[in-house]
Amino acid sequence: MDDLRAGLNEVECDLLVIGGGTAGPMAAYRARKKNPNAKVILLEKANVKRSGAISMGMDGLNNAVIPGHSTPEQYTKEITIANDGIVDQAAVYKYAQNCYGIIEELDQFGIRFQKDENGEYDVKKVHHMGTYVLPMPNGDTVKKALYRQLRRARVLISNRYMATRLLTGKSGRAAGAIAVNTRSGEFLVIKAKAVIMCMGAAGRLGLPTSGYLYGTYENPTNSGEGYSMAYHAGAKLANLECFQINPLIKDYNGPACAYVAGPFGGYTANSKNERFIECDYWSGQMMQEFYNELQSGKGPVFLKLNHLHKDTADHIEHILHTVERPSRGRFHEQRGTKYSEQMIEMHISEIGFCSGHSASGVYVDEFARTTVPGLYAAGDMASVPHNYMLGAFTNGAIAGEHAVDFAAEVDHDEFDDAAISMEQERVLAPTKRDDGIPPNQIEYKIRRLVNDYLQPPKVTAKYELCQARLAEVREDMNTQMMARDAHELMRSMEVASILDCADMAAHASLYRAESRWGLYHWRSDYPDTNDSDWKCHVLLSNQDGVMTCEKKEVAPYIIPIAEDEKDAYYKQRITAQA
Amino acid sequence: MPIANTPTTVPVVVDEGKCIADKGCTVCVDVCPLDVLRISDLTGKAYMKYDECWYCMPCEADCPTDAVTVNIPYLLR
Ligand code: SF4
Ligand code: SF4
Repeated sequence: MDDLRAGLNEVECDLLVIGGGTAGPMAAYRARKKNPNAKVILLEKANVKRSGAISMGMDGLNNAVIPGHSTPEQYTKEITIANDGIVDQAAVYKYAQNCYGIIEELDQFGIRFQKDENGEYDVKKVHHMGTYVLPMPNGDTVKKALYRQLRRARVLISNRYMATRLLTGKSGRAAGAIAVNTRSGEFLVIKAKAVIMCMGAAGRLGLPTSGYLYGTYENPTNSGEGYSMAYHAGAKLANLECFQINPLIKDYNGPACAYVAGPFGGYTANSKNERFIECDYWSGQMMQEFYNELQSGKGPVFLKLNHLHKDTADHIEHILHTVERPSRGRFHEQRGTKYSEQMIEMHISEIGFCSGHSASGVYVDEFARTTVPGLYAAGDMASVPHNYMLGAFTNGAIAGEHAVDFAAEVDHDEFDDAAISMEQERVLAPTKRDDGIPPNQIEYKIRRLVNDYLQPPKVTAKYELCQARLAEVREDMNTQMMARDAHELMRSMEVASILDCADMAAHASLYRAESRWGLYHWRSDYPDTNDSDWKCHVLLSNQDGVMTCEKKEVAPYIIPIAEDEKDAYYKQRITAQA
Repeated sequence: MPIANTPTTVPVVVDEGKCIADKGCTVCVDVCPLDVLRISDLTGKAYMKYDECWYCMPCEADCPTDAVTVNIPYLLR
């Protein structure tokens, strides 16, 4: 295994889904359900059984809109406010209307959701305004349940193939993708009538404080290929300057899960044991307060459960240590920390792109369509803000159904064969050198520069320095990066995506000359939010080889936001502390 | 520029007495999202080849003989 082999195979299908994590399986499954004659291929860099952000499962739904507890109108309003008004509401509203059906479908797959003694969904309040959090008692079975459905629907699965570029047809439509086998370096060309990208967050952008390249908040397989491939295919990317930064357990770098602990009375506190924010729902505004507290004389920040009854604290500990990131228990055991006894030190994550948590993603409309015909995106990499796991499932379903219909109407778009040989040459270049720099060192350097220069607070002159340094690293990557086997080849291709994402993060952030979304886009030299010039999307795209940004108007709201509601997420700091 | 061998301690440990890779099992290698486990040509048992682990645990959870232990990578511990 891992020895490089020459090879090029070609397959044809109606619909290609790239990424077998959360959105991808649902897209492929729904496409086959809607059109059982369609040939659907699901391509995955790892193994569909255990890939993506939820490889071990998830402990609950963060954004369930369930009749009797909340309404699609309420949810759309809340997300619009949490995302500082920069929301095309149609996509959020559509999600909110469809997600209950998805919950019922997941329930049929055998994934259980918590119910109260009357058999009603036991929804908890964590957000500032509405009630949307629903625990999943057997959340560790999600991937298995999905896999069963994929087998039943006879989706064709190709594991250990990493897509590196999309193919664009002569008429400008998505025509498929080129992929490379991560264990042999052999190529696979997949011709398709429509393509859905579900390739996750750009989670390997910033460097975690531990310095361990793979100790990231996101699953490190999610290294931003989706963003990079969409960019190179000419799709537009929205609001990349709205970084993902999350609160987490320091060093372990996994979520602190106020969503799990909050409903039981747990909260985020400073070193004086004081609560300093009213609402633990993750938003840029909340993160700004978190950051301020970390830097203040009352820092650092802790997850506080030790005031709760021991049974309650132990119960929370049990949930946190068994589902989403089960190795957390080992981490605390080694440190000798018990939730019922000590407060747990927290920190903020490295930066990344992820619309699952914030709003940085490939621009999509309410049918998950990107700006390239026949190309769809869903999940963490698509621009529907704050959409989390349930958003990935729901928007994946929407994408699958729309794309399979689209594919039924069109023929395969012809593409230029030269694109394939050019891509093979680009991908294999690091394998042709017997002397050079290994990908891990180039990656470390990029991500160290991201931390030094791109992490908020964002300073214009620092950003420009970073761009110059990243250009030097790009030169090194293009001329000296060396891969000795197929595994290192996969890592080299990931490095190329990470560098593209770093460039995009810098470019988009410099363009938006204001501060917005709290910590996510805090520009110290433009500290104010400027609604008259910037209450708009920033779209980034590749225009004839030049990275370019433009403004795009926010679509007229479907659900109006009253003047006195729009700042609700800025009123989170507890002023009179006991 | 020559390449050096810098040692690194890896977080995943396989109990070779329990591992049945020599009987054809490759479960942990198959499921690992980061693709960092391999079967050794020398011992016929699974081992961690690349220090690129997310301490996510599918390898441990899915191993049929409980041979795998995932520790927290030293830099984070
Ligand atoms: S899953 Fe367990 S038994 Fe199978 S190869 Fe891995 S360590 Fe060995
Ligand atoms: S813990 Fe996760 S990344 Fe590490 S070896 Fe096991 S499956 Fe792979």
